[in-house]
Amino acid sequence: MYQILEKEELAPKIKKFAIEAPQIAAKAEPGHFLIVRVDEFAERIPLTIADYDREQGSVTIIVQEVGFSSQQICELEAGDSFLDVVGPLGKPIETAGYERVICIAGGLGSAPLYPKVKSLAKEGVELITILGAQTEELLILEEDLAELSHKLYITTDDGSKGKEGFVTDQLDEILAEDDQFDLVIAIGPMIMMKFVAEVTKEYGIDTMVSLNSLMVDGTGMCGGCRVTVGGETKFSCVDGPAFDGHLVDFDEQLQRSKIYQDKEDKVKDHEFWGDGCRAKEEN
Amino acid sequence: MVAVQKKKTKMPLQDPKQRANNFAEVALGYDKEDAINEAKRCLQCSNPACKDGCPVRVDIPEFIDLIAEGDFAAAAKKVKEKNSLPAVCGRVCPQEEQCEAECIVGNKNEPVAIGRLERFVADYIREQEEVEEVEQEKEQVAVVGAGPAGLTAAADLAKLGYQVTLFEAFHKAGGVLTYGIPEFRLPKEIVQDEVEKIEQLGVEIKYNQVIGQIKSLDELFAEGYQAVFVSTGAGLPRFLGIEGENLNGVYSANEFLTRVNLMKAYQFPKYKTPVYTGKKVAVVGAGNVAMDAARTALRLGAEESVIVYRRSREEMPARAEEIEHAQAEGVKFNLLNNPTKILGDDDGFVSGMECIKMELGEPDDSGRRRPIPIEGSEWILDVDQVIMAIGQSPNPILINDTPEIETTDWGTIKVDQETGMTTKEGVFAGGDIVTGAATVIQAMGAGKKVAQAIDDYIQKQNN
Repeated sequence: MYQILEKEELAPKIKKFAIEAPQIAAKAEPGHFLIVRVDEFAERIPLTIADYDREQGSVTIIVQEVGFSSQQICELEAGDSFLDVVGPLGKPIETAGYERVICIAGGLGSAPLYPKVKSLAKEGVELITILGAQTEELLILEEDLAELSHKLYITTDDGSKGKEGFVTDQLDEILAEDDQFDLVIAIGPMIMMKFVAEVTKEYGIDTMVSLNSLMVDGTGMCGGCRVTVGGETKFSCVDGPAFDGHLVDFDEQLQRSKIYQDKEDKVKDHEFWGDGCRAKEEN
Repeated sequence: MVAVQKKKTKMPLQDPKQRANNFAEVALGYDKEDAINEAKRCLQCSNPACKDGCPVRVDIPEFIDLIAEGDFAAAAKKVKEKNSLPAVCGRVCPQEEQCEAECIVGNKNEPVAIGRLERFVADYIREQEEVEEVEQEKEQVAVVGAGPAGLTAAADLAKLGYQVTLFEAFHKAGGVLTYGIPEFRLPKEIVQDEVEKIEQLGVEIKYNQVIGQIKSLDELFAEGYQAVFVSTGAGLPRFLGIEGENLNGVYSANEFLTRVNLMKAYQFPKYKTPVYTGKKVAVVGAGNVAMDAARTALRLGAEESVIVYRRSREEMPARAEEIEHAQAEGVKFNLLNNPTKILGDDDGFVSGMECIKMELGEPDDSGRRRPIPIEGSEWILDVDQVIMAIGQSPNPILINDTPEIETTDWGTIKVDQETGMTTKEGVFAGGDIVTGAATVIQAMGAGKKVAQAIDDYIQKQNN
């Protein structure tokens, strides 16, 4: 069992958990992720390690309620436990050797972005961060990222904070003035990463994205998380989750993320009606 | 003189029409009378060839004699001396190629049903068995991977008095027994029960431990382990590399079976892991894994489940019994056909599979006749789900983390044939990680052999 040491609400429906897992904390690096399972009936869910504290022996995850399983996680409190936490999984990312980097997060993407920003800041990189969300109240880790960045830009779809529009609008504006960057890291919804990669391709700037593919085991034994990168099939869980954004087939990934859409309603129905209501299941 | 019963005592099976709709076990097992009746067919050879056919060398005539006498508990104990997973082996071993292939009775009649008898005693003893714990006062040994090879080695080492820790990446032990072989062939309750018996011997199992990520082998040595047995299997699925393979509705057999068996997606939504289920399912390949996937698809509600295989029936690698069971349940066979392309609809879901007809040419290196495509014979199979069951390779996570371990061109670990030691001192390997995908009992045989070699190695270090 893996106990929750702390829980914090970062925004409506977005919760942060520090989980006791000393062995994982000892090995975690930016780019790594975890697979968690709440209880005997639960799915295995991949979540990026958003932070880690080797001394405290804890790892941090940030979860947004989007479906049944994430809601179930978000209802856990400090003192509760996860039945299973596996990690650190995936390949860590290399943050050394860069001078000027733009980091872009969309929505919950700030969570996986944060350890990378932290690591880049430590390397003394000149860092610009663009943080985007639908609306002001969904912006997370703003202060933490601002502290580590030389400059932080904010965009919201509805203009409730920062610039009205998408992160790509802000990126375009920055690059139009100064395009001397070694690297862009973009993490967020698939569609956002796709458009960021399109912008940076015009400027010829290397771009790293972190994919949030569907996963089961997270150790390379099923291929559920496969992605086409530069024409080759890769497994996100072992070859990634970070890839060259200019080589990823985002349209395919967008399609693959929708495989189980119809199943979500069934889970919710089941939770509401329970096992007893056979009539409903048969209809 | 009583006439010799020429055929094996029949084992009752669930009716094919009924069983194709449930996940309950297909073969129902012998009762006491059946078992005694079958045991009496054994000639009690003084020089038993059946034993040579068994990779873990179970004392077959001895345990069968105990069954004939009605002492089932003693028979079970006899089997367990050599085999730590008899309820599993009795169900999934290809006995027709092993113990039963060597049975003298089989020269003229059907061989003695050794597998069914092994299964009977294991099931009989399951409830009341008391495991005798051996005092673990010898050195610490780490075993990586709780599949058949790892479990066998761990059990044998514990019996020798070693302190054994088994590191497993998943949340349950058993490896392919748990995530791969379906419930209807091997109930998971039985696997977990045999695992518990191994724990009762004193083996500690640590779950959720991906060695190579959470810990390196050197770190294990630093923690005080004197030897490591690597039995991580061959779990990396192969794909054909054809167009459309990443469409929604295309699974590796590993993913499909893991969702259903380990995550219990067949009980969705009670269990929350979903599984995509088509109406018409094609399973590419013809090994046991392909049969398992095709039969599972039917049970999940597919109207049609078709095996697509590039060679003919004769070359199919699955066990004859599995092929028969699949056929009885309604699985169709589309032989001498190879997929060339998977077609998708506008939403990215599978809408068909283009196949090319094949003919057989000269035998290749494996001795099987080489399939050759017939030019221009492409046609489209109407399916909405495709499961790739064309084999697995070794998972590279641990190997990549341990450069001193040499591997072959196929990604398997190179070992000393005698001892099973890898090119890294004190690290041994066995099972599918060494042989490539093989059988449960071969992996167990390797686990047994290497456990002995580890004992020898540690003893030598001590002197």
